[in-house]
Amino acid sequence: MVGAGNRRDELIQTTLIIIVLLVMMVPIFWMVSAAFKQSVDVFQLKLFFEPTLKNFYEIFQPPYVIQEKFFNSTIVAGVTVALAIPLSTFAAYGFSRFKLRFERTMFVGILATQFVPAVVIVLPFFVLFRDLGLLDSRTGLILINLSLVMPFGIWMIKSFIDGIPIEIEEAAQIDGATRLQVVTKVVLPLAAPGIVTASIFCFIIAWNEFLFALILTTNNAVTLPVGLALFKAEEGELWHYIAAAGILIMVPMWVLALLIQKHFVKGLTMGAVK
Amino acid sequence: MSDRHLKYLFVLPAVIVVLATAFWPLLYSLLLSFRTWRLSRSAEPGPFIGFENYSWALLEEPDFLNAVWVTTVFTFWTVLLTIVIALGIAMLLVRGGPLRMTVRTLLILPFAMSPALIGVSWRFMFNPDFGLFQAFFATIIPGLADVQWLAHPQLAMVVVIMADVWGWTPFITLMFIGGLASVPQESIEAAHLDGATKWQSFWYVILPQLRTVIAVALILKAIFSLKTFDTVFMLTNGGPGTATQTLAHYVYFNGFKYYDMGYAAAVAWLMVIPMLILTWLYTRQVFQSGGR
Repeated sequence: MVGAGNRRDELIQTTLIIIVLLVMMVPIFWMVSAAFKQSVDVFQLKLFFEPTLKNFYEIFQPPYVIQEKFFNSTIVAGVTVALAIPLSTFAAYGFSRFKLRFERTMFVGILATQFVPAVVIVLPFFVLFRDLGLLDSRTGLILINLSLVMPFGIWMIKSFIDGIPIEIEEAAQIDGATRLQVVTKVVLPLAAPGIVTASIFCFIIAWNEFLFALILTTNNAVTLPVGLALFKAEEGELWHYIAAAGILIMVPMWVLALLIQKHFVKGLTMGAVK
Repeated sequence: MSDRHLKYLFVLPAVIVVLATAFWPLLYSLLLSFRTWRLSRSAEPGPFIGFENYSWALLEEPDFLNAVWVTTVFTFWTVLLTIVIALGIAMLLVRGGPLRMTVRTLLILPFAMSPALIGVSWRFMFNPDFGLFQAFFATIIPGLADVQWLAHPQLAMVVVIMADVWGWTPFITLMFIGGLASVPQESIEAAHLDGATKWQSFWYVILPQLRTVIAVALILKAIFSLKTFDTVFMLTNGGPGTATQTLAHYVYFNGFKYYDMGYAAAVAWLMVIPMLILTWLYTRQVFQSGGR
């Protein structure tokens, strides 16, 4: 009797899991398949169609030249991370290893900035960049993106450094190493996996960022998510092109996310969940 | 250099960057919110007008109250649905096995997607002529066949909520799976031996032990729901009319379509206040649960 009940139970569970899987994957599948369709097939809601790579070819041609947006996204996310991670690493070490004045205030303050609505941050930057001539520039986007990624970087790297036994550092110091040598020769190599994880995480955040780029760029510095709005013609939106560009946006991030999947949740909750 | 000074050198550069990129704009917005400034008419901020921007929003501007209401409804439903559905999925997936592990890995895909892209793809799905979901709902509920979801005020809201819940549930599910893994198996078995049904052991044994994780997920999701912009912008752009205009979208509109910077800053600050309360709750929760 128990066995039969369990088997029925398992059947129900498997069915539910498959429903979950369908709800999760169908929108993604539909988008991905549209990227390989001719426009007629998109507009006819076809399930079976002859796949084509033409859309991917077209979005690289004028007037779309998606590679320019791809380049902007890569530079903006890449340089943001390159600036944020060294600073975050040193700060994380400081917060992890020392007692500081106003330590708690500084730390909570840094965390709290993550929750400020982006639209509040962008108003003053819009005015500042207008005065400095940084509107529609990658430099401007990089500066403002720092506000987005630094809190994550500091917290994630700190939690990795917290896990390195302090005795290793003490031993190096007894051997005559200075504090800076301890950091660069002992701590950095040990924290490297954490630093890479934080870098990837911050890269994904900066890559997917939308509001800043929407408001601060118009032409030269437009990034991929904002570039999605370009695929419009008189007859309406060009879904087959949008879908192809969508693949360029999401597939690289999927690869990166899968590399660090174990730490993904921990990163976004800032360690609240272990 | 001694550690006494060096330790501040480690921390200060990052602190300065955060002050400059996050705290400075907050303060500057606060100053702007007490001024009148039409960017389209003058390049420099106008005179100080006290709380006029605030009183205009709160007392005389129905669109602001509409945005508050839309944001409230959106936040309520997205938080509730995301938490409940994620908890259910986490319970389904917590046991191992190839099918469950595959689904767990796939959970990361929606979450790594740009929210703007999620908005676009859902608009695609609900296209009245060739949207997949449009066709799906028309098949199971014939009354919906001729309905244009995104042109209908309530249904557009439903779509926005669905898209957001779709994007966030996988992440919250992963959080809950992590939480469930720390519930000791013995306590569930003990309850089972005492004759508890599955529901009883869920309610009285598992749920209480997930309290902290659920609280964190709740606050976190509420914060992100309150500031929702990307998905709404790409999916409905606040429409039809202002039926799905969230506060963030309302600020965007006033600041960068009407160029009313002072007023936009005031509304933005009205958004910051509930955020501060939630953030305070969140950091308390994080530090209590031994986040450091």
